[in-house]
Amino acid sequence: MFKVVLPELGVGIKKAMVSYWYFQEQEKVNEKDDLVELTTDKATFNLPSPCSGRLQQILFREGADVNIGEVLGLIEEG
Amino acid sequence: MEITVFDLGVIHFQAAWNFQKEIFRRVREEELASALIICRHYPVITQSRAAKKTDILAADELLKQKGITILEVDRGGSTTYHGPGQLTAYPILNLRFFHKDIHWYLRLLENTAIDCLNNFGVFPRQISGLSGVWYGQKKIASIGIAVRNWITCHGISINIKADDLANFRLIRPCGMDIEMASLETILGRDIEIEDVKIGVIENYKRAFSSREVSLCSK
Repeated sequence: MFKVVLPELGVGIKKAMVSYWYFQEQEKVNEKDDLVELTTDKATFNLPSPCSGRLQQILFREGADVNIGEVLGLIEEG
Repeated sequence: MEITVFDLGVIHFQAAWNFQKEIFRRVREEELASALIICRHYPVITQSRAAKKTDILAADELLKQKGITILEVDRGGSTTYHGPGQLTAYPILNLRFFHKDIHWYLRLLENTAIDCLNNFGVFPRQISGLSGVWYGQKKIASIGIAVRNWITCHGISINIKADDLANFRLIRPCGMDIEMASLETILGRDIEIEDVKIGVIENYKRAFSSREVSLCSK
């Protein structure tokens, strides 16, 4: 299972809000597909899928705040 | 780094957005090093996905009478208005060549807009905790960006003409109860947008060129 982790977005940015999931649970995703959109301050940041596979679980829904380094979702590779 | 400038003149938001996407693709595929798109828009209200629909105060009928359309866009921020009295800058930059830091980039956009306005003897400021550029308690430049794979799109709009400001009353700009300012309302005289445009292009090109760093790790 591949963990989708919120990366560092810049100095002083401790969290971001999940604003949009491009896929639903159990849908197939390809590596580098836009997977989830995060919002911080006046910016959106699109996190690409780190691998190809199936989006197994979304751990933070739209509207939820996520800390840097936390796992947003899980992808089953393949 | 070469910064290619595209001056689109007055253009519908959707057409400029499509153009941004094409330039974004070219930067991502390294056909272009970076780009700065400058334009003005026909009247339009844009909202991010996170914006509240209730931040549009005017009835649909009034917007229709005024020829103002509404678009949902993929940038940050909330609700804003664009019109031909603003100058809008959309830098398409790979932040790996600068700093992989969203706040650094937002503050650079604001500081460079301030430099542009300083050239006209206007000295606006940033306000801690609030994005954009402010003159007193009024906002003169609004900001909203999107970052994909560390490449930027969307950008900053600077209010130049006085007669465009009335349309901001149709919305709650940025989801707040604030007033907007323009270069003309501050100076009390007519300003040619072309005169501002030259400074905007030069200041942003200089700002980006001087801050380029060696390629960060991908």
